[in-house]
Amino acid sequence: MSNHTEIRWHGRGGQGAKTAALLLADVAFKTGKYVQGFPEYGPERMGAPITAYNRISDEKIRVHSNIYDPQYVVVVDESLLESVDVTSGLKKDGAILVNTQRPKEEIIPHLKGYEGKVYTIDAYKVSMETMGKYFPNTPLLAAIVKVAGIMDEEIFLREMKASFEHKFASKPEVIDGNMEALKMALKEVR
Amino acid sequence: MAKRDRLSGNEAVAIALRQINPDVFPAFPITPSTEIPQYFASFVANGQVDTEFIPVESEHSSMSAAIGAEAAGARSLTATSSCGLAYMWEELYIAASNRLPLALALVNRALSGPININCDHSDSMGARDSGWIQIYAENNQEAYDNMVQAYRIAEHKDVRLPIMICQDGFITSHAVENIELLEDEEVKGFVGEYEPENYLLNPECPMAVGPYSITDYYMEAKRNQAEGMKHVSRVVLDVAKEFAELSGRKYGLFEEYCMEDAERAVIIIGSAAGTTKDAIDKLRAQGEKVGMVKIRLFRPFPADEIAEALKNVKAVAIMDRAESYTNHGGPLGADVMSALFRARSNALAVNYIYGLGGRDVRVEDMEGVYETLKQIIADGDAGETYRYMGIRE
Repeated sequence: MSNHTEIRWHGRGGQGAKTAALLLADVAFKTGKYVQGFPEYGPERMGAPITAYNRISDEKIRVHSNIYDPQYVVVVDESLLESVDVTSGLKKDGAILVNTQRPKEEIIPHLKGYEGKVYTIDAYKVSMETMGKYFPNTPLLAAIVKVAGIMDEEIFLREMKASFEHKFASKPEVIDGNMEALKMALKEVR
Repeated sequence: MAKRDRLSGNEAVAIALRQINPDVFPAFPITPSTEIPQYFASFVANGQVDTEFIPVESEHSSMSAAIGAEAAGARSLTATSSCGLAYMWEELYIAASNRLPLALALVNRALSGPININCDHSDSMGARDSGWIQIYAENNQEAYDNMVQAYRIAEHKDVRLPIMICQDGFITSHAVENIELLEDEEVKGFVGEYEPENYLLNPECPMAVGPYSITDYYMEAKRNQAEGMKHVSRVVLDVAKEFAELSGRKYGLFEEYCMEDAERAVIIIGSAAGTTKDAIDKLRAQGEKVGMVKIRLFRPFPADEIAEALKNVKAVAIMDRAESYTNHGGPLGADVMSALFRARSNALAVNYIYGLGGRDVRVEDMEGVYETLKQIIADGDAGETYRYMGIRE
C-alpha cells in the first residue's frame, strides 16, 4: 500500500456506505494513520445514490475536496452499475470491489472497459449467514481492507472487536454476528 | 496531556462544549448543525455536564432564550445553520447591543433558495454587520480550538460582545479527521468561571436590559459596541498566546502560509484553505512564489494587518464563498479591497465567488487561480475583477 490511499464508496441511502467509510477511517486511525471519512450529501432519501469517501495517509491530510481519481472504488449496490459512472477516474493500478451475487465475469462487462483489478463479494450471503439480516456494509468493510491491504487482518479484527464493543454496548448480542461477518468476508472476497 | 482522537467537526465542538460545561444551552435542530445539540443532549442525559438544556420550538426562541439566560448572568450559547441563523436575525442585534458575551456554534450552510443543505458562507456573511465577533475554522481541530477560546474573548471586560464560532457545513462538520483534544481539566482551567459584573439576577444592583432608547442615546449605544470591537483583535491575540502555551497550537488573526516571499496570494476563509495549501505546495515545488492568507477573525476585520501581510504581493485573489450582489464582488472582497486602498497598495486584486451551495473546491481549481494571477502580473492589468470560480457558463 502506498502512503496515501483514496477510496470512493457508491451506495444507496440507508445501506450504510457512509457508516462503512466512517468505520474504515476509525480503524485506520487506530493503526496510527491520518484519516478522512466523509459523505457527499444530496437530498437525504432512502434509496437515492450516495457517495462517501476515505483518505488514509501517513501524512497530515489538508485537502477538503471530494475524490475524483481514487485507487479503490466500492460498489455497495450493484444496481448502481447501470446509473452511476462508478469507475470514473479510478486508477488502472487500483481496483473495484462490487457487492454482487453474480460471478465476476458477468460484472466486468458493466465496468466500461475498466482495466484494473475487479473483486466481488456476496455481501448478502455473508450478512444473512452471520447476522440473519442484510447489512452489506460490515462485509464490505472487511473486503476493502483486504483488497486495499490497509492493515494486517488480525489487527483489523482486533480493532473492530473493540469498536463493536463500544458501538454496540447497549446490544452486545449483535457483536458476535458482526465479527463473524468480517471474518467470513475476508475469506469470501474474490 | 493531549489526547489523539478522530472526530467530525460537530463532535469536536460538542466535546469542547462538554469540557466548558456552560450554564444554559437552548437549541433547535437544523442541518448540518443538529449533531452539536444532539451530542450535547447525551452529555446532559449522562450527567457529564450540569447545563440547563432547553429544547425550544424555533431558532428565534433558541437565541431569545440564550439572550435571556446570558442577561440573567449565566454563560450560555446555542448552535445553528443557514435559515436557522436567518430566523435569529432580530435577536443577533439584541445580543450584541446588550453587550451579552454569549456564543453561537455556527455550521455554515447556504441560505435558500434554491433550497440547499451544503456549505457556503452566505448565512454568517449576512450577519457580519450584526455586532458579533466572527471566527472561522479550516478543519475540526480549529473548530474545537476556537470554541475553547471563544468565551475568553467574548467575556473579556474590554470586549463583552457575542461570538460566532464558524465551521464549514458537511465539509468539516461531518468529516471524521484526526484531532488532538485537551484534557477536561485543562479546558476548565483555561476557560474559567464566568463572573459577570452586571446581571439581572443580582439583587444588590437592580438593572434593566434592553430598554427603549430614544434618539438621545441610541447612537451612543452603537458607538459603545464599536468601542468593544476595537479591543477584540488584541484580546484574540492575548488569548491565542495563552492557548498556545497550553496546547502548542498557535493562532493569530489570520494564518499566513508561504507568504515570506510570495508574489501571488490567495485570501480565503474556511475548509478550502487546506485545499489551497496543497496547491501551494505543488506550485512551490515548481519554484512558483505563491502564498495564502487564511482569515480566522473576520469581525472585527483586521484590515491594517492584512494590508501589511500583502505589502510585497504583486497580485492577489480574494475568495468569497458568498455573493453580495454589488456587481463587483463579495463581502471579503470589499473588506480586503478597502484595506488595500487605505494602505495605498499597488497590488492587482481580483475577487472570486466560489463554492456556493457546496460546489466542490479542488486542488486544481486553486492552481488555476494562481495561474490566472500569473497572467494578470504579466499583463500588468487585473482585467475583470469580479469573477466566478468553478461555474458552468
